[in-house]
Amino acid sequence: MRNKKTSEEVALGIRRRVFEHSMRNNGGYLSQACSAGEQLAWLYNEELKLGDPTLPMIPKPFEGVPSADNPNYHTGAGYNGPFEPQYDRLFIAPAHYALVAYATLIEVGRMAPEGLEMFNKDGSSVEMIGAEHSPGMEVHNGTLGIGLSTGAGLAYGRKLKGEPGRTWVYMSDGEVQEGQTWEAVQGASFHGIDNLYAIMDVNRQQCDGAMDSVMEVGDLKAKFQNFGAVCVDIDGHDINAMRDAVNEPHDGKPLIILANTNPFHSMPILEERFPRLHYVRFKSEDERSRMNVSIAKDLGVEPVDYSH
Amino acid sequence: MVEMVSRPYASAFEKFAVGKPEILCLSADLTSSCEVDGFRDRHPDQFLSLGMAEQNMMSFAGGLGLAGFRPFIHTFGVFMYRRPYDQLMASIAYPRRKVRLMGFLPGITTPGGMTHQSIEDISVMRSIPNMTILETGDATEVESICEAADSIDGPVWCRVLRGSVPRLFDTPIKVGEMRVLSEGDDILVVTSGITTEEAMRARSALKEAGLSIRHIHLHTIKPFDHKQLLDHIGSVKHGVVTIENHVTEGGVGSLVAETMADAGVGKRLVRLGLKDTYAHGGSRAYLMRYYGLDALALVGGIEDIMGQKFGITEEDMEAARVDDVHSLVKAEAL
Repeated sequence: MRNKKTSEEVALGIRRRVFEHSMRNNGGYLSQACSAGEQLAWLYNEELKLGDPTLPMIPKPFEGVPSADNPNYHTGAGYNGPFEPQYDRLFIAPAHYALVAYATLIEVGRMAPEGLEMFNKDGSSVEMIGAEHSPGMEVHNGTLGIGLSTGAGLAYGRKLKGEPGRTWVYMSDGEVQEGQTWEAVQGASFHGIDNLYAIMDVNRQQCDGAMDSVMEVGDLKAKFQNFGAVCVDIDGHDINAMRDAVNEPHDGKPLIILANTNPFHSMPILEERFPRLHYVRFKSEDERSRMNVSIAKDLGVEPVDYSH
Repeated sequence: MVEMVSRPYASAFEKFAVGKPEILCLSADLTSSCEVDGFRDRHPDQFLSLGMAEQNMMSFAGGLGLAGFRPFIHTFGVFMYRRPYDQLMASIAYPRRKVRLMGFLPGITTPGGMTHQSIEDISVMRSIPNMTILETGDATEVESICEAADSIDGPVWCRVLRGSVPRLFDTPIKVGEMRVLSEGDDILVVTSGITTEEAMRARSALKEAGLSIRHIHLHTIKPFDHKQLLDHIGSVKHGVVTIENHVTEGGVGSLVAETMADAGVGKRLVRLGLKDTYAHGGSRAYLMRYYGLDALALVGGIEDIMGQKFGITEEDMEAARVDDVHSLVKAEAL
């Protein structure tokens, strides 16, 4: 299934949905929409080879966790289409990007807009931190660092079975502080897992603030290359750069695309909140109102009427 | 004299895995120590070296499970749950991946000391939803552990014995059942793993002392057949003694205590095992004596319940086996 919009339009749509949602709910993962918009738009709108969704457009309520007593349990991966050998798979490793990921599903016609109304509501499967059963999710990634390893295992298994579909992991740069990320790259390289792809949102922010103030991570490209990956550094707001980056030859090695982004891209007023951008909760009615007017203007929409 | 079997896991795993391409053998730099070096050499297409990187290995195995494979992870038990506990939870246990966790060196079966001895693994695994727990107590159980583990629709934690292992039983593990080794009516003795052999060593001396022992051996710790245990408890007059190669908190002793408390059973229970303590490095026989996990300790537990001494000494029991520290059946002296 191919969306009729351009990826630029999808990226704008993602930001508008996250903005409206955050205004109405007095907070949200706004900065992640700024940094990740183009990457998720490009993945879903152009790059990923996915089948039609297998789950209802309006998400079902929470139906229990996996257990032997819950035989009908399923993950939210059905929003990315069926598990078939030719199709790609995607893990959203930073599960707190869920709001942005759900907005993406809506923009590319894989989930109904009503899905976002269920965000973080009791009894809903559209959870704040994406769970396995949340739309578009396939595994739990809420503990940062486990996504790439799981992707490597799946990719290796699919390679053994001769499946042409790729395994993609959407990553955030903060998780390079976890040692497991480097174990994963080392292992994927050692075993020649070249059907593993990752695109990382290098926005240089983490929960406590700017990454350089929390724990410096050094030259990511050099580190990924030294651990055995092929790594391409691009402007994470330039969709043409993504189109080129994915063609980088990487025989026998995973491909990691570092998408360097601006955490207030398209919403410059968010810079007022630097360095605390992880979750933007408005501190006063004045701030909420000013941001509403400013961001609405930037995104070309009317300010959100959040009074009722 | 009990028959000793050399490296039963090595041949059992190979026999089990050959011809099953969906079974993968994962190792974390302890391949010969876990007796799968021969398998690695003869079946490299089913073998995956993941190095000393257990966090990645656990999530990677979860990914393999997602792709339809059934990975058997081989390393020392401690290395599979202490450091990569989060990965065990999120990538394996929660999604019920069919990952078979073959944990070697259970409890004090190694002179490697605290860092190598998994003394609280059963407690940890019992509290993980979706986890199944199996423990081997002899060569026949080691030989049948792969089939037993692979019959489970979900993750399985296995305590596996290696090296020179006694053959005590002649039937394979049947998941969910318990072995009834004697059917007396004074005291119920519940054992698992290496403590079963200890209870068997004490059998004739206890009989000599006029005690009628009901002895059951557990290879399936979770899920657990509480009703069957209660029937056995109901068949004895005086009480229950558990003895385990594990801390007494959260292991088999706790399992029995919970079963009794839930059912309102008012009999005495003595739980033997590591008493809220780490162990140190030493031979198995030394550690079992030092920490009270051996036949003599079991006699003491029974005396406690009966309120009398029977004057049983080590000489009255069948000889304890002494493993060579430097043995050809072990890859290293651990």
